[in-house]
Amino acid sequence: MQKFTAHHGLVAPLDRSNVDTDAIIPKQFLKSIQRTGFGPYLFDEWRYLDHGEPGQDCTNRPINEDFVLNDDRYQGATVLLTRANFGCGSSREHAPWALLDYGFQVILAESFADIFYSNCFKNGMLPIVLSAEQIEELFKATLNEPGFKLSVDLELQTVSSSSGKSYAFDLDNYRKYCLLNGLDEIGQTLSYKQEIADFESKHLKKHSWLTQEVR
Amino acid sequence: MAAKTLYDKLWESHEVRKNDNGTSLLYIDRQLIHEVTSPQAFEGLRMNKRAPWRTDANVAVPDHNIPTKDRDKGVEDPISKLQIDTLASNTSELGITNFDMSDPRQGIVHVIGPEQGITLPGMTIVCGDSHTSTHGALGALAFGIGTSEVEHVLATQCLVQEKSKNMLIRVNGKLQPGVTAKDLILTIIGRIGTAGGTGYAIEFGGEAIQDMSMEGRMTVCNMTIEAGARAGLIAVDETTINYVKGRNFAPKGVAWEEAEAHWKTLQSDADARYDETIVFDAADIKPMVTWGTSPEMVAPVDGFVPDASDPAKAEQTSNALKYMGLKAGMPIKDITFDKVFIGSCTNSRIEDLREAARVVKGQKVASSISLAMVVPGSGPVKAQAEAEGLDKIFLDAGFEWREPGCSMCLAMNADRLEPGERCASTSNRNFEGRQGQGGRTHLLSPAMAAAAAVAGHITNVTRYYEN
Repeated sequence: MQKFTAHHGLVAPLDRSNVDTDAIIPKQFLKSIQRTGFGPYLFDEWRYLDHGEPGQDCTNRPINEDFVLNDDRYQGATVLLTRANFGCGSSREHAPWALLDYGFQVILAESFADIFYSNCFKNGMLPIVLSAEQIEELFKATLNEPGFKLSVDLELQTVSSSSGKSYAFDLDNYRKYCLLNGLDEIGQTLSYKQEIADFESKHLKKHSWLTQEVR
Repeated sequence: MAAKTLYDKLWESHEVRKNDNGTSLLYIDRQLIHEVTSPQAFEGLRMNKRAPWRTDANVAVPDHNIPTKDRDKGVEDPISKLQIDTLASNTSELGITNFDMSDPRQGIVHVIGPEQGITLPGMTIVCGDSHTSTHGALGALAFGIGTSEVEHVLATQCLVQEKSKNMLIRVNGKLQPGVTAKDLILTIIGRIGTAGGTGYAIEFGGEAIQDMSMEGRMTVCNMTIEAGARAGLIAVDETTINYVKGRNFAPKGVAWEEAEAHWKTLQSDADARYDETIVFDAADIKPMVTWGTSPEMVAPVDGFVPDASDPAKAEQTSNALKYMGLKAGMPIKDITFDKVFIGSCTNSRIEDLREAARVVKGQKVASSISLAMVVPGSGPVKAQAEAEGLDKIFLDAGFEWREPGCSMCLAMNADRLEPGERCASTSNRNFEGRQGQGGRTHLLSPAMAAAAAVAGHITNVTRYYEN
């Protein structure tokens, strides 16, 4: 996994609550057996006027001019600003894969759905929770200042703008540690191999029916 | 010793170690695998030259992509076919059992788990699918995970998890005839919202839950994720034990006796403390129908489509009404349909089909409905329904009777809505585009969907239950 220490980037405002993972990446694209290549289909049904299919070349598709990511001023955005309960719905990790493939590395929201939030960290992305007031302030700043950028410092757990405004955010230590060091979580867990094996042998002995073969 | 909730007990009995930061390493008893969220996990395993930790803890089944008719022709869509074939080759390479399309036990992963006794009380169960919460109905700790976590479980049989808070939803009293588990969970989501359960494991209890069949309990736990909670739970009781007994992979003989003794301890202690308790009165609950693009946008059958006057929800409501093509203030009963879908991991079990057939029997699907379909949740559900003659009732009424799979719940196969089409659906999500781009979904119970198929519009199914 890529290390994440700090980030500085253009902010795109997606002014909706309850953005679900079906909206982030519609189901037809989940047929891929790869982790990459989802970026062109991110928010497909909002972004384009036609129906998208996996593998389709998107360069000549009719775009929805009203959708925020199609606005010239947000081209190259790497920070997504949004509202409450972002990423609700299905557990598809294709949602963070699509956001990352498009270029987003940081997502700022009032709240996230649990599974989506967890999935982001496995892919070197940072979802940040700020208060509703702070998010509102950032929406205003993004809309009022063309080219509005934010800097994120993971070590210090701060988000700051060039005007000097800074917001602190909370983050679980383990997730922070893994992101900062680009750690493979499976490798980390396997360092407890013996503990797992010891637990398992007692657990399966006590609950012998758990080893019933399914064929 | 401090009193514990069922969730606390399941958590603690699977805790391999506590980490310094408050997370724990949790042992996973069972992983269920399907074709959509697993290929990248298997690839990750291969790339890192890692072997599965415990092959026999995993069971796979293709369900999302598979066709629900003309199975003898195979899978026509080459991209879907590749995904299904990839599941077959990944599982056969590693020796993981896969109930492929030709296996009579094949079906929706959340239907076949409990049905086959692959899901058992007291287990920790994961699957790369948010509706894994379904299995909590058997007193298991079950939750959906992403693909990286699927790989993590394959490689380590564990997950790093932060413990959720405890919520109790107590449903007092009895549901009225014709009011089902689906109406109850839609009512709950309507009250607490789609983020109301975020950060919690929700235990459901109270008389209405105790009275409920396992099928009904699975419907309730299935949609717990629609209230934001990854896991839903129901204490083990006689209903649970009777359901599990005799299932294909349930323990037998002495092992059964040991297992049963353990399972009977799987309830919250009487004085257990919850971080949050919410009480519902079952008698107040009516048949429910969603009108918007989120499961919390729901109204009783005799209600009205709301207007956008609540400032906190004004924008969401007006976006939803626009997408759904509905007028604020119109009666729910005036919503008319193009298609009807009875199926999905929420409502495709035998009891669901019986309820729908009871309404449909001797009637015809309205001529304004272009397609009404029943998609049983599994091969055994389909066989049971056919043995009871339910297929005949549906076919005589003008329904299509299909092969098991996820089908039009998420439209990854050929079953989908066209832009602008409106569907009465027993599935779990009414998100924009969920059943096909531009499609409009109204979630309701199987009985309500059946009644809508006959009437062509929403109608209160409780009248079928009078006398």
